Amino acid sequence: MQILVCAGTGCQASLSEELLSQLNSEIEANELENDVQAIRTGCFGFCEQGPIIKIMPDNTFYTQVKPQDATEVIQEHIIKGRRVERLLFTDPETKEKIADSRKMGFYKKQMRIALRNCGFIDPDNIDDAIAKDAYEALGKVVTEMSPEEAIETLKKSGLRGRGGGGFSTGLKWEYAFKNRADQKYVVCNADEGDPGAFMDRSILEGDPHTVLEAMAICGYCIGADKGLIYIRAEYPLAIERLKTAIVQAREYGLLGKSIFGTDFSFDIELKYGAGAFVCGEETALIHSMEGERGEPTVKPPFPAESGFMGRPTNVNNVETFASIPPIYLKGADWFAKIGTNRSTGTKVFALAGKVNNVGLVEVPMGITLRDVIFEIGGGIKNGKKFKAIQTGGPSGGCLTEEHLDTPIEFDTLLAVGSMMGSGGMIVLDEDDCMVEVSKYFLDFTVEESCGKCSPCRIGNKRLHELLEHICKGNAEESDLDRLRNMSTVIKESSLCGLGQTSPNPVLSTLDNFMNEYLAHVIDKKCPAGACKELMNYVISETNCVGCTACARVCPVNAISGERKEPHFIDISVCIKCGACMDKCKFDAISIQ
Amino acid sequence: MKNIELKIDNRKVNVPTGTTVLMAARELGIDIPTLCYMKLNDLDIECAPAGCRVCVVEVEGRRNLAPACATKCEEGMVVKTHTPRVLNARRTVMEFILSDHPKDCLVCSKSGHCDLQDMAIKMGIREIPGIEIAEMSSYRLDTSPSIIRDLDKCIMCRRCETMCNDFQTVGALSAVNRGFMAAVAPAFEMNLEHSTCTYCGQCVAVCPTGALTEVDHTPEVLRALADPDKIVVVQTAPAVRAALGEDFGMEPGTLVTGKMVSALRALGFDYVFDTDFAADLTIMEEGTELLDRIKRHLDGDKSVKLPILTSCCPGWVNFFESYFPDMKDVPSTAKSPQQMFGAIAKTYFADTIEKSRKDIVVVSIMPCLAKKYECQRDEFSIEGSPDVDYSISTRELASFIKRANIDLKLLEDDDFDAPMGESTGAGVIFGATGGVIEAAVRTAYEIFTKKKLEKVDFEQLRGMEGVRSATIDFDGLPVNIGIAHGLGNARKLLEDVRDGKSEFHAIEVMACPGGCIGGGGQPLHHGNSDIIKARAAAIYQEDRNKPIRKSHENPFITKLYDEFLGEPNGEKAHKLLHTSYFDKKKKVVVKQ
Amino acid sequence: MSKVKTVADLKKMKSKLQAKVELREKGDSPEGRVVIKVGMATSGIASGAKEVMAFLIEELDKRNIDAVVMQTGDMGYCFAEPTIEVKRPGEEPVVFGYVDKAKADEIIEKYIKFGELVEGILPDNYQTID
Repeated sequence: MQILVCAGTGCQASLSEELLSQLNSEIEANELENDVQAIRTGCFGFCEQGPIIKIMPDNTFYTQVKPQDATEVIQEHIIKGRRVERLLFTDPETKEKIADSRKMGFYKKQMRIALRNCGFIDPDNIDDAIAKDAYEALGKVVTEMSPEEAIETLKKSGLRGRGGGGFSTGLKWEYAFKNRADQKYVVCNADEGDPGAFMDRSILEGDPHTVLEAMAICGYCIGADKGLIYIRAEYPLAIERLKTAIVQAREYGLLGKSIFGTDFSFDIELKYGAGAFVCGEETALIHSMEGERGEPTVKPPFPAESGFMGRPTNVNNVETFASIPPIYLKGADWFAKIGTNRSTGTKVFALAGKVNNVGLVEVPMGITLRDVIFEIGGGIKNGKKFKAIQTGGPSGGCLTEEHLDTPIEFDTLLAVGSMMGSGGMIVLDEDDCMVEVSKYFLDFTVEESCGKCSPCRIGNKRLHELLEHICKGNAEESDLDRLRNMSTVIKESSLCGLGQTSPNPVLSTLDNFMNEYLAHVIDKKCPAGACKELMNYVISETNCVGCTACARVCPVNAISGERKEPHFIDISVCIKCGACMDKCKFDAISIQ
Repeated sequence: MKNIELKIDNRKVNVPTGTTVLMAARELGIDIPTLCYMKLNDLDIECAPAGCRVCVVEVEGRRNLAPACATKCEEGMVVKTHTPRVLNARRTVMEFILSDHPKDCLVCSKSGHCDLQDMAIKMGIREIPGIEIAEMSSYRLDTSPSIIRDLDKCIMCRRCETMCNDFQTVGALSAVNRGFMAAVAPAFEMNLEHSTCTYCGQCVAVCPTGALTEVDHTPEVLRALADPDKIVVVQTAPAVRAALGEDFGMEPGTLVTGKMVSALRALGFDYVFDTDFAADLTIMEEGTELLDRIKRHLDGDKSVKLPILTSCCPGWVNFFESYFPDMKDVPSTAKSPQQMFGAIAKTYFADTIEKSRKDIVVVSIMPCLAKKYECQRDEFSIEGSPDVDYSISTRELASFIKRANIDLKLLEDDDFDAPMGESTGAGVIFGATGGVIEAAVRTAYEIFTKKKLEKVDFEQLRGMEGVRSATIDFDGLPVNIGIAHGLGNARKLLEDVRDGKSEFHAIEVMACPGGCIGGGGQPLHHGNSDIIKARAAAIYQEDRNKPIRKSHENPFITKLYDEFLGEPNGEKAHKLLHTSYFDKKKKVVVKQ
Repeated sequence: MSKVKTVADLKKMKSKLQAKVELREKGDSPEGRVVIKVGMATSGIASGAKEVMAFLIEELDKRNIDAVVMQTGDMGYCFAEPTIEVKRPGEEPVVFGYVDKAKADEIIEKYIKFGELVEGILPDNYQTID
């Protein structure tokens, strides 16, 4: 038998290590070493009920187990084979005790639809995919449904674009369907540009067939026989797997002429991008595919009227496509029931930053930020205090503690000044300076602006400069008004989504962390201690023993003092490298 | 087309579907400011990248502000053009643009003619907030034989790109770099001289700022005038007299021939001659060549190249040398009037006044920037001494006159000097699209048919349409004429010739919109194509005023052949008045 | 492989393939094989999944253990890459994180051979759709 002890940070904070050693000494005391092992595992994602242990092979799941419970667990469960009722989890709704972790599906906050096959199938083998229902939805749609019916199903499912805009996918298809033309195109936007977001990449690498299948469904619905995948050249593995998948699908007759014996034909070609953030914007993407400079044009006309080569074109991103086949297999109602009324289904997030379990998580819409950060993410790293979460990639907003219970939906996030975006989530803790964080995100948008419209090209640069000014302690309080005005104008006057959202980090931090800005401009202090120019290293006279170690390590000779006398840092010389503080053995040097 | 009704600033307006908010507002007399936007109505040229964002307006129901230039009117739309929000955004955007623009307006060659300066004045901008920390985007200055590019002053309006790519299909200019460093430049940011640039100067003609300007040759001219040992001869192109007055506040279309002659005399030119004289000479050569080719063709000579293409326009010559080098034996070998003038001035005329070649400086006043390059071509020099020493534009002449304390408006009319100042109406119309071929027809008809023309005006050859054609009855022989202005239009005709599909016997090409009257060296039209039309009207007015309207009837031309040249297309004429063309197909070399 | 001409073809093929996969994965007979999936998405490969996969193939062969090693996509546990999933015949699959060669060796020696769990297990924390 095995006892799995959660060693996630949350559980460790609630004494799981002590519990583990108690369990081990109980095992020894009862001479069970040969039969029972207690081992550490990763986080179960249920930190608020920690520490957690799971007993294998019977899958018994105990919550809130204290070190002193070790004796009872060993004595009762292991030796006598009786469950310790009081440590079982109580279902908050039914009030029933639940022992078997496999029956605790509800606690598993994640639900995988788009990622359903990632990590299960061999992406290079179409047989694996077919065993997992690949192309069955396509077969059903082309043989049993008219394009109108299929579009209606999609509309009923409530699926909204996962790439950022959150526009109804069914409506989008309908527009493309209704525009008559001799040639139409289905485009898959695989130009995942958000730094830190990699769900599309993972889907393409783990389950390429689902994207091909959904594109073919789209082709059937809107009346296109040609699909194009715009993928960034920086995704070599995804490209390889897509190429393999396309070849295999053609061999099986699942792409090509008369698919499933119908007169529907569809084939897919790859187009490579150079990895520009702005090429995620659909008009810029289309121009890039046409061989033009990747920059956006004013909409309307929308791609559904005039897209690739001036023909009606439907553009969806990878995750959106990956969510589509299950809708046709399990029904629009099934999908619509997941999530919330206005945001149905699930969304994949790339959880990153100061959280224990960084990675890809797919959760039903409507789950709270708290659940994502503290349950799935396993809480904040190193037991630090949560400060903010930035959602929606580099142009999302920073939300605070008070937004933690906000359900994650397209519209609720917009309402609180952030956005869903493509699903980036960066968790920030007490050590992060919000002014610097805004500057950091602006760095990215300044770099990635295409330069076509002046608010984005010049305005973002000016925002960045002003933020830098603030971080250096050179700005005045009145500059904050200018910061807000510039941000507002950039947001409402820019040509495309990039500029229209790039000031979000600034605006949301101005709204939610005004005190930090004020500290920078009035007190010339950085409360998080992150802005180098605003901090000083100081030697405490009481702690300093005059060992001279700091003075010897200082690269600019800013530290002086007699041997065995307290030393002193000349802040006009100090470059704030921190070498002295690392060297000091007496905790005499601190940052002020 | 269906009409739609909308409200702008609380006033109803009824416009056809497809009208932009900008145009609808203009119907109401509401002048929404624009910067990047440019529309040359009759020439089918529009630049509406919606990039500057100065024309933003509020549209009810939209979250963001909309660019009036690129937003199509919709039924029931409610637009507000001067709310505090709009005015603030407009001003902030202007401040952004100005913050990244050099502040050397006092000494900028565009000062007083600069659209950006005008806009700053219009908005009453008195300071640029944050200028003390604003970094400027800075680029290498690029000088070519005709055009200087100072990208520090580029505001990314993309007008030059529209002219270079859409209208001229030269493709020398496109947006390069991203974000803050974005600018319009030749590919790989190489020098203009190494690109496919034809020096047509249309980029300069539409540039709203001092980013693109002509190389100023007035200092050299001034130096020559000041040299007592030099005889300085000036020639003025036909289009100059129809536009020069504009820079002195006269109505577009005011003919200033006499005043211009007075001004040039006042400036100190020893002989004031007319390029029109050389235009008549060109007709003798080119017309003879045309008739020769037609006759040989009728005689069954398979080697003869038809259609003959005019060769007066140096931008056009550069274009076919770059893009159609395989067809370089198709155009007429006749030199342009500027170069014929130079060749005669430094031979025949020098003999007349008993001076040697080195004593004479030939200056041309041209509506054109490509002429600067043309006169510097090696084949138009004898041992380092060019036939035409300096070519200055209409704009440079205007500035030169002003600097010399001369008020053009107050001058009396004066006449050109003999012999090279005497010209016919046929020489004058060289300045407008269709004019060269009309002049050629007037002469060729009479020589070929040996009959007198009853009507010298060939209205069917005039107009502003990009590509025109007409068939002229040469007494039973139908001669098919093609006309193109704008190199994009020329390209279409030339591709037909290359594919053997062309039915034409002769094609006239002028690179600039409307012909030389719309040249890159003319006073700026600031997007008003009515100005170009008014100049054309003036040219045809001058033609009607001339007592002689056919080149071969110019007595001084007859005299020139009798005394000096011999026969048109004869040996001496060929040596002095004809040239050959080169393969300038550019091989792009990317420096690592 | 013959082309899929009808939906029935696909369904027939699917059930055949499912049986094959089931045999591979849920082979409940004690002599069934161990199935090991290595997460070979970019994040896995970047943290050394390729080396681990090569090591597993080589070592299992050397140590005469009948096992199937296959690649798969991203399991979502990016914080713990490389990750592998080991399924012993008749048992629930177990996911191990932070698998380097030493860890892989330990997994072979303890878990694969004797079913003895080792540290580094990642509890699955999601539900999927069937």
